[in-house]
Amino acid sequence: MKNRQLDTALGLEARNGPLALIGKLVLYGLLVLVFAGPLLALLVSAFSPVSDPTSLTLLPTDFTLANFRAAFDRDVLRYLLNSFLVVGGGLLLQVGVSISAGYALARKRFPGMRLVLLLILSTMMLPEEVLAIPLSLVLSDLSLTGSLWGMIVPVGAWAFSILVTAEFMKEIPLELEEAARLDGAGDLRIFWSVVLPLCKPALGVIGIFGFTMIWDQYMLPLLVATDARQFTLPLALRTLRADEQVGVGVLLASALLALLPSVLAFLAMQRQFMRGLTSGAVKG
Amino acid sequence: MNLNRRGRLTPWLFLAPALVLFALFKFLPMWRAVEMSFHEVRPYLGDRWVGGANYQQVVTDEAFLNAIWHTLLLAVGQTGGSVLLGLALALVLEGTARRLWIVRTAVFLPTVTAMAVVAEVWRILYYPAPDGMVNGLLSWVGVGPSQFLNSPDSALWSVMTVGVWRGAPYDMMIFLAALAGVDRTLYEAAAADGAGAWRRVWHVTLPALRPAFVILFTLAAIRSLRVFTEIFLLTNGGPNGSTEVLMTLIYRLGLERGELGVAAAGSMVLLGVSVLLTLLVRLGRARAVYSGKAGT
Repeated sequence: MKNRQLDTALGLEARNGPLALIGKLVLYGLLVLVFAGPLLALLVSAFSPVSDPTSLTLLPTDFTLANFRAAFDRDVLRYLLNSFLVVGGGLLLQVGVSISAGYALARKRFPGMRLVLLLILSTMMLPEEVLAIPLSLVLSDLSLTGSLWGMIVPVGAWAFSILVTAEFMKEIPLELEEAARLDGAGDLRIFWSVVLPLCKPALGVIGIFGFTMIWDQYMLPLLVATDARQFTLPLALRTLRADEQVGVGVLLASALLALLPSVLAFLAMQRQFMRGLTSGAVKG
Repeated sequence: MNLNRRGRLTPWLFLAPALVLFALFKFLPMWRAVEMSFHEVRPYLGDRWVGGANYQQVVTDEAFLNAIWHTLLLAVGQTGGSVLLGLALALVLEGTARRLWIVRTAVFLPTVTAMAVVAEVWRILYYPAPDGMVNGLLSWVGVGPSQFLNSPDSALWSVMTVGVWRGAPYDMMIFLAALAGVDRTLYEAAAADGAGAWRRVWHVTLPALRPAFVILFTLAAIRSLRVFTEIFLLTNGGPNGSTEVLMTLIYRLGLERGELGVAAAGSMVLLGVSVLLTLLVRLGRARAVYSGKAGT
């Protein structure tokens, strides 16, 4: 007989006496309240009439859309659209760049490969925050400031995505490619119709990671935006808060809109997310 | 004839987009930072070589020393707090039951929430009036009310708490993955020797988690060294400079006061420490693999 008490380090799962069960449920409830509670309060309060920061609530009372209507009057839809454009464009570029570079690293042996790997790894130590000042100069030299392109193009190459893709492509049997080569397919053809279809799971992993990473970007949009018209939603929250005429309700509604896309994407692709988290490639 | 040359060119063509982007947005700024850190940067007048003066200012200026001190405090507190709380969460929430999976998912949500949202939510929770959310909870246990982000005494701790709140679930997931790799026969052997759950954790589980500890400590330390967004949004360095960290100071110097050379030197110091820590983690990892204990 298998001893379930030995399945986990603490063996809590096997303890199912009434007292233990109540204790566990209380603990679980407490943990959910501490970590998800504040976000849940944001969700509920955004749909409730709130006048000041003390009226945040977990219990829905009067359902209202007034906060959202007021938020839309403050251009929040434009900020949301900007965010989606940046995350859409950035992700598309990032995935394309990653599968292309990943393929070369996984399949080709060439002089200088170790150096390339080292360079890619070293970019993990050069985040936007550390490079902020010179990066803003480079961005303006390239005329990328004051336009959403400045938030899209720089996130195109991300070491994490490239390395995860390369790791994954190494697992695809070489025989499949050789068979296609014997049939007369060229490099590009093989890449497109043999390798790509087989690495859909990897696309899921880098897709969800790229989405949450780009959605969370703050320093880059801050350096690029020269005018409120280019603000992404996370960037706009600070201005909305500082505006005396904007109530806390508008701030809550906007914050909720900035919260939902990344949380929903995570919930929809949790399996791929966990796979990326434990893929061995160090998060940069 | 050119089939061979095309074969040699192919990998570079596939790599080109990534290399161009990295060159433009990582290595070029990096080079500019090195350059600026040795110059007094004067727009329209031309830069003036100042040797190590910028660096000297970074390591002697009181504002920088304070910022470095706050950065280190925050790094130690957030890293230690996240790793310990993450470990506790992982131990308590390990298992295959569906309700555990739901609790884990709920607990993980702060990690995938944009930092800007986290900051606004916590500013509201921390509302310094007696009937603010956190103050309300504290009054139940007879503590407070606290000024939280508004007082130099409590601001850094309040920021640290937010960092732990958002960082611990991430660490939890890494620990959970490592826990899944612990050899179950070791648990059985420990049980056969009459060890209780706590001794089992101490003597079997924790040693097996060592590689995860090494990686998490270093990753978290590097991440908290370059902390910017949460400070910028929660306190913007205030009140009274009590939460000023390296990155907010560099940002202020560079983009608001135009002291680009000093700001660049500050970035280089930060980068140097990060590189040192990264090399340490690689060393730690290599040793973990070498001693056959790699569990992640």
